[in-house]
Formats: sequence, C-alpha cells, structure tokens
Amino acid sequence: MNPANIWITFPELLIWFPLLAGMITLFIKNDKSVKAWSLIATIITLIISIGSICYSADKYFYINNVSYYWLQYLGASFSVGLDGMGRILTLLTAVSFPIIFTATYKNEYKNSNLYYALMLLTQAGLMGVFVATDALVFYFFWELALIPVYFLCSRWGGEKRIQATFKFFIYTFLGSLLMLIGIICVYQHTASTDYCKHSFGVQAFYAAHLSHTQQSCLFWLFFIAFAIKMPVFPFHTWQPDAYEQSPTSTTMVLSGIMVKMGLFGVLRWLIPVFPLASIKFGSIVMFLSVAGMIYASCIAMVQDDLKRLAAYSSIAHIGLMCAAIFSMTQIGIEGVMIQMFNHGINIIALWIVIDLLEKQTGVRKISQLGGVAHKAPVLTILLVVIAFANIALPLTNAFVGEFMMFSGVFKFSAWYAAVAGLSIILAAVYTLNMIQKVFYGQVNTLTSTIKEISWNEKLILSVVVILIIALGVFPQPMFDITKDTVAAIVTRFK
Amino acid sequence: MNNTLQLVWLIPFLPLVGFLINGLGRKQLSKALAGLIGSGVILASFLISVFVFFQVKSGNTKVVTFFKFINTDSLHINFAFQIDQLSSLFLLIITGVGFLIHVYSTSYMHDEEPKDFAKYFAYLNLFVFSMLLLVMGANYIIMFIGWEGVGLCSYLLIGFWFTNNDYTDAAKKAFIMNRIGDLGFLLAVFWLLTKIGTVNYADVFSAVNIAKLTPADITGITLLLFVGATGKSAQIPLYTWLPDAMAGPTPVSALIHAATMVTAGIYMITRSNILFTMAPFTQSVITIIGLATAVLAATIALKQNDIKKVLAYSTVSQLGYMFVGLGVGAYTGAVFHVMTHAFFKALLFLGAGSVIHAMGGEQDMRNMGGLKKYMNITHITFLLGCLAIAGMPPFAGFFSKDEILGAAFAKNPIYWIVGVLTAFMTAFYMFRLYAMTFLGKFRGTYDQEHHLHESPAAITFPLITLAILAVVGGWINIPGVFMNGGDKLEQFLSPIFAGSYAIVAKRELAPTTDYTLMAVSVLGALGALIFAINKFSKYEKTTVEETGFGKVLENKWYVDELYDAIIVKPLKKLSTFLNNVVEKSGIDGFVNGVGKSVNYGSRQIRLLQSGQVGNYVLLMVIGILILFIIQLFF
Repeated sequence: MNPANIWITFPELLIWFPLLAGMITLFIKNDKSVKAWSLIATIITLIISIGSICYSADKYFYINNVSYYWLQYLGASFSVGLDGMGRILTLLTAVSFPIIFTATYKNEYKNSNLYYALMLLTQAGLMGVFVATDALVFYFFWELALIPVYFLCSRWGGEKRIQATFKFFIYTFLGSLLMLIGIICVYQHTASTDYCKHSFGVQAFYAAHLSHTQQSCLFWLFFIAFAIKMPVFPFHTWQPDAYEQSPTSTTMVLSGIMVKMGLFGVLRWLIPVFPLASIKFGSIVMFLSVAGMIYASCIAMVQDDLKRLAAYSSIAHIGLMCAAIFSMTQIGIEGVMIQMFNHGINIIALWIVIDLLEKQTGVRKISQLGGVAHKAPVLTILLVVIAFANIALPLTNAFVGEFMMFSGVFKFSAWYAAVAGLSIILAAVYTLNMIQKVFYGQVNTLTSTIKEISWNEKLILSVVVILIIALGVFPQPMFDITKDTVAAIVTRFK
Repeated sequence: MNNTLQLVWLIPFLPLVGFLINGLGRKQLSKALAGLIGSGVILASFLISVFVFFQVKSGNTKVVTFFKFINTDSLHINFAFQIDQLSSLFLLIITGVGFLIHVYSTSYMHDEEPKDFAKYFAYLNLFVFSMLLLVMGANYIIMFIGWEGVGLCSYLLIGFWFTNNDYTDAAKKAFIMNRIGDLGFLLAVFWLLTKIGTVNYADVFSAVNIAKLTPADITGITLLLFVGATGKSAQIPLYTWLPDAMAGPTPVSALIHAATMVTAGIYMITRSNILFTMAPFTQSVITIIGLATAVLAATIALKQNDIKKVLAYSTVSQLGYMFVGLGVGAYTGAVFHVMTHAFFKALLFLGAGSVIHAMGGEQDMRNMGGLKKYMNITHITFLLGCLAIAGMPPFAGFFSKDEILGAAFAKNPIYWIVGVLTAFMTAFYMFRLYAMTFLGKFRGTYDQEHHLHESPAAITFPLITLAILAVVGGWINIPGVFMNGGDKLEQFLSPIFAGSYAIVAKRELAPTTDYTLMAVSVLGALGALIFAINKFSKYEKTTVEETGFGKVLENKWYVDELYDAIIVKPLKKLSTFLNNVVEKSGIDGFVNGVGKSVNYGSRQIRLLQSGQVGNYVLLMVIGILILFIIQLFF
C-alpha cells in the first residue's frame, strides 16, 4: 500500500468514529433507537479495532507516522499511531463498550441520548489517549476522557454522587495539571524542528536532553498524575467512592479502561522519557505498590458492599501491575501488557454480575444476600469462572500475566515478591467469602425473588467467560501483538 | 511423529470431554447416561494409560510438545507432557482408582437430582483432568496448572452440597490453605526462573543448570517447594483443611483426599528429587515435619468418633510417612507407599461410604456396631484394608511401610523409633474403628437397623477390586531380602532417581537388621490391633465426657483454635483497623481535609473583599509602605 493513497488510517478512525457516533446520538430522540444505534456504533468500532490488529504487520501504521499540521509554530502536530501497546488497549476499549452496552441494555436513563453520547465521547477520548504520539495531543485526550465521565457520574450517579464526583474530578484534575507543567518543562528541553525551537512529538520527548536532577524532579510531576489515575496507594481514596456512586456502566469504563490510562502513561510517557529517574525511584514506587496491594486486599476482606469489594480488589491488582512495571524487567512488562487487557475484561464482567444482583434485589450488601445459586444457577456458574479469573487461577486469562508480573517483581527483589504474593492468598479469602455469602447457603426473603438472568445477559457473560478461558489457554497472540512495544521500552532503560 | 506416545494427549483430553458433556448437558442427561459418560471416559483413559505404561516399560519415554504456551523474549514455556516411568505409574493409579470411584459414585450419589448428579460427574471428571495435567506436565508451569486445578475441583466438591454453611466453610478453608502452599510453590518457580531462566524439568535438572545454583539457592528453592507440598499434601502446619474436607461426598474423599490429590506433594518432590538430594538441610526438615505430622495425626485419630474423621487423620498420618520416605532419600519407598496407600485408603473410604450409605447417613461410630452380619462384602473388604494399613504381612501396606522405615533406620534410628510407634498407633485406631463399626452389637436406632443392607454391585465391585489390590499390591516390590529378583518397582523407577543415587548412594541394611526391624514392627502392630479389638468389640455408649489428655486429643490438640487466635482474628482486626481508621480517617480524612482547608482559607480571604472603599485604600497604603521598606533596606 502506498501511504499517499490512504486518506484515513486506523488510529484516526478509532478516534473520529466514536466521536461522530456520539454526535449523531445527540440528535436521536427515541430511547430504543439511541441504545440500538450506540450498540451498533461500538460494534463498528470493534470491527475497526480488529482490523487494526490484522494489519499489525504493516509498518505504515507504526508510531508517529500519521501526522497533521496543528499548532506547528508551537512544535505540536496532530500525530497519532498504533504500536503494540496501543493496539491492545484500543482493542480493550473497543471490546469493552459493546459488552457494557449489551449488559446494561435494559437499564433506563433519563435523557438517554445525552448519556450515550457522553459514553461514546469517553470512548473517543480513551482511544485518543492510547494512539497519541504527541504530548499535547495526549494531554488533550487525557482531559477529554475525563470530562464526560464527570458529567456521567454527577448526573446519573447514586445518592452521594456530587461529593464523590467532585473529589474524583479535583483529584485527577490536580494530577493532570502537574503533568501539564511536566510536559511543558520537558518540551523546553527538546530539540528544534523545522518550524519551531522545540517539539511535543514523542520521539522528541524520548530524545530530550535532561540532566539527572531534571529527570528526578520531572519524574514526580508525571508520576503523581498517573498514580492518581491508576490509582497507586495512597492516592486511591477517590476510587471506591467514585465506583460506588457512578452509574454501573460508567464504573465499568472507569475501572476497566480508564485506570489503564495511568499504566499506559507510565509505559509511554514516564519510563522512556525519564529512564534514569525511573530506575532511581523504582524502589519507592515498588514499595508503594506492594504496600498498596496488601493494604487494599486487607480492606477488601472487610467490605460488605460488593462494589467497594470490587474496587479494593482492583486497587490490589493495579498495584501489582505498577510494581511489575517498576521492576524494570522485561518479563514483568510483558506480563503487564497482557494483564492490562485481561484485567479490563475481568473487572467489567464482575461489575456486570454485581449490577445484575443489584437490579434484581435492590441491594449490594453481602450480608443481606445468600443462596443465589438456587435461583440462578447459570449466573452462579458464570460468576464462579469470573471470580476465579479474578484470583488468577491457571487456565484463566489472568494467570499468565500475573505469573510473569510476579516473576518480574521477584527479579527485582525476592522479598517484595514474597510480600506481594500474600495478596494472592488474601484475594482467595475475600473472593471465596463473597461467593459463599452471596451465592451459596440458604435463600432469604430478598433473594427468593431472584430470577435466572435473561438471554442478553447470558450471552454477554458467556462471551466474556469464553474470552477468559480462551486467552488463558492461548495467551500467545497477545504477546505477539505487544512484542514491539516491550522491546522498545526495554531498550530505553537498559 | 511416529512415536505412539504422541497419543497421550487423549489421556487428559477424554476426562475434559466428559466434563464438558456432563457440565453443559446436565439438564438434558439422564442419570444413567451421565454416569456412563463420566465413568466411560475415565475407563478409556485408563486403558490408554495401561498401553502407555507398557510402552514406557519397554523403554519408550518421551517429552511430547503440543503448542507454545508462552513464547516471549524472556520466557519460553511449552504445553508439553513428560511420559516416563514416574508419570506413567501415576497415570495408572489416577485413572485406575479414579475409574473404580466413578463406578462407585453412580450408586452412591443416586439420590441426587439428575442435574446435580451430572454436575457431580462433571466436577469429578474435571478433577481427573487436572490431576493428569499435574503428573503429565513436562515443566513446573503445567504442573502448577494441574496443581491449582485440583485445588479448584477439591473446593467445588467439598462444597458440593452448598446449602450447608459448614460445608462451604470447609471448602473455603481447603482452598485458602492450599493457596498458602501454592505461594511457596510459585516463589520457588520464580527463584528458578530468576537463576536459570527455565522451568522445564529436563533443563532444570541438567548438570549445566544445576551448577548455576548455589547451595543456598537449592536449599531455598527446595524449602519453598516443600511449603507447596505441605499445603496440598496436608502436612504441618497446613494440614487442618483435610479433616474438614470430609464434608464432601465420601467417594470424593476417597479419590481426592486419600488416593490422588493429596499425594501431589509427594509426586512433586519425587519429580524434583535431584534438587532435594542436593539439599540435606531441606531433607532433614522434611523428615522431621513428616514424622511430626505422622505422630500428631495418629494421636488425634485415636479419639475421633466420626468414621470419616478417623480415616482423614489416618491419611494425614500416612502422608507423613511418605514425606519421611522422601526426607531420608527413599524415593521409591515414598512412591510405593503412595501406590499401596491409594489402594487401601480408597478401599477404606469406599467401605466407610458403604457403611454410611447403609446407616442412612450416620457417620458416628458410637451409633454403629455389629454391622458384620448385615454387610458381608463390605465387612470382609474393610477388614483386608485395615490389615493392609496396619502393616500386616503380606498385605500391601507392610511392604511399603517397611521400605520407608528401613530407610529411616539407616539414616537415624530415632526416626525409626518414632515411625514404628506411629505404626502401632495406626494399627490401634484402625482396629478400634473396625471393632466399633463391625463387631459387637448394633447401637443405632430401630429404623436404622431395619434399613441395614449390603450395598449394590456398583459399590461392591470397586470394593472387591481394591481389596484384591490392597492384598497383592505390595508384591510388585517385594524386598530383595525375601526373594531373588525382587525390588521390581525400584528397578522400574531407577532412571528417575539415577541422579540422586549418584550423589548419595542408597543405603542397604544388613539382612539380619532388616528382619529384626520387620519383626518388631509387625509384632507391635499385631499387639496393638488385638488390644483394640478386645477393648472396642464390646463398646458401650457412654455419656461420660473425655477428660484430661483424652479431651485434648478429641479436640485435635486445639490447633484450629490456635490458628484462629493467632492468624485469623488478628488479620480480621488489622483489616478492620485499616478500613475504619487508616483508610477512612487517615488517608481519606487527609484528602478531604485538604479540600476543607482550601475551602476554609478561601472563605477567610473572601472577607478581605468587603466592598468598602476605605478598606481597600488602607490595604493599598499598607502595601505601598511594605514595598517602600523593601526598597529601602534591600
């Protein structure tokens, strides 16, 4: 293919199509049509994303090759590209939305056209984050993904939504501002281009001349932004509140995809730009991550609210991913690559089940539920698979990633690995406890009215479960997709 | 590709197919069909395993690779099976005993609803699949897949009757305690990966790679692997889940918690024998833990009244023996005992199941007695099983126990003394169980007595088969001192242990010593069993509670209570503290506090903008003055 003949590329399609679809949604009045159209639009996005995977061998789509003039006198350009990590995360974004829309198809919203338009806008923002190859473009989409979520939570959320979303917004926005300062500082140390003294391009950032001290200071500006987003202990307290108060489909986006923005940011914009500082502060981040894993796992054990349980469990899992990244080992980063995808799938599946329970019984309290397995055996079987994927049982998708991440942490320090490893025991404790209390035992008055899940829910959860098993038995394709990115990152700090 | 061993994928694949059919079709399948499929696939696997065994016996061993599981720049792991003497022997035990227990289950579980019946067989097939992966894997990762897989199935089957909270508690406990061990296993694997970058058996055990490991590495790795083994094979300190696991259906106890899964730790150490032989410190630890477990569990078994609990503690104790064998370097003895134990312990559990079935679900031996005249086949086969486990010649247990005890004596006579005392206790509590159940007069209710009957053929057939094996199973490794051309199993397995024996030669006892030791242990056990029969054949129900030491034993040395006090409760307290204090008041309080103080500060500063011109002028003047002073002095 001759590049000159192509008028639009996959990364651009992945941004513009959801954006356009969202705009169209605004003009549809009928609720049913809104839902149908949104679902179709996300399926088309998924097809585009799968297309981008199939063309992965084509160097043309590689990083930084799609670039338009945009603020050229500032040294910025609208450049997007897809490398392995971009591909797997855009695929995650593309896969998640149809799953979320199908699973929540029966949920009713006021002004549903606005709701779905904002969701699609979020999708576009997320895609933009994952394909941006220019720091200013990255920052732009980083904020674009945040703002619709703010409105989604504050308009359609639970009782304490205003408080929770305000905290969420201020917290993440604070991080973003620090990052913006960081971006500008790095920018001033980049080499000149044809139009400008400096450049925002990712390669220019990688080549920026930064002294050891400069790296050390700038590292924290970026890291705090990403740490809040992931979140890393102790920057995590916005998360359980936000997950609890947001409408479920927004929570799914938040926990399944948005937290990956933080991990992605570290892998694309932090470690390669500040390799020396990353090695220097690796042990601090490692300490925070491992402490956070144990801390969050302990707290998860005493949660009575299913949403908060899932939130803390997710914090523990993200902690492991962050630790694996900062172990600065190839095997750890390889594990993170595939785990970013798998964690997204698994946590969304978990939310779907929690949402189903809440819709049917009106409660999320573990202590009030029980005996669901008698009433909904299919749901129970699917949940058990998802729950065991959540604790990384072998032959489910999470095992290989966790195994490799722990290996990476072990290479960094055997003691950290041993302590972090306690979280796999604690995870078993809170997960099995949840299964026992909610699904096993006797039926009570609340759960006696539960019905077996409907066909669309069965379908979507079965799809997820098949994905969980398939990727658990054959993880290799995901390694093949992300191989290039891992190699590129590793060369930056070796 | 012409190698016939290429077919081995069928061995685990068939049970997997059985799992899928029974699992997905549980609503459609009739009980007969579900049972037929469930047992049929295992029978087919058994037949292939027999074929594979003879292939291996004729010298055809092979690593069969199917696909690349993980293939990255830093890690290469194949989905591959290792077919050699050790795995082929385990294949026979798993599929053979497994098949008998499947047949038994078709009758035992017959009161279940059809869909639960099919679910049961699905789980059982999934278990066999996982167990086969565990022993067939050609690297530690495939072993670990099976390792956690059997843990999952154990969890599902212990909690099979999930309405009962105690049962699901037991299931949860089993999984979590296994996970503690699994962490040790995983850390050992990470250690291996970090040092030598591979987890394939063939590579790990090669001289080149072992040379990369320092003695400290080897000791650390083997200790961690042993931690894994203590979880799965119920050794101190992680044994307490196994007695609770008796909440599952009895055939499950026979298959998973006696014959197969709990021997996974022994398999794993045997597989890694070269590493363990190079770590004498670890070997001593294993011997001592094994002995301590054997004694502890045997003492508890003396005072239990639940028929399954006695057998459970007996299993823990016998597993301890196997670890003693591993610890003193008698690898063949350990594997031999795994095999004979699989026969007689499965037999005893199935016999107990037959009794429980006849008693209408009663498990308390104090309400049994005199069952001899009602259930002849169960009685005879059970007696044979008891004789085998008590180590009476020429039953199977005698030979395997003797081999371990002999090796223990060669290493250190104290080990032998402790071991042989445990053997006496074993004989005592087993014949206490036998006497309380089958001898004397019936102590149950009138209804129960009327209901008593011999079990149907699906139950008696496995009993008879296993009883035959419990009698003759030991003869395949008759010691060389008895018979020229003995030690057949030893010779068969020798390629597996060649590396270990090259480092530490196998110690042989003088024939006279050997005979003396045997005589002591047999006579002692005989005395114990006669004493037990005398004491308990006329057992009467009493309401007198145990006191003193007896009470401690009846309450299992209060180990569960101890764990609860030192681990479970503090952990819960810590978590509650973290949640209520550190999280809510501490971190979140700080975050909210920052927000509040910004709010407060802004409110204060807002007061400055009062709208009164006079104030503004005053502030301006003050400002100018300050600037002026700064100009003046600096």
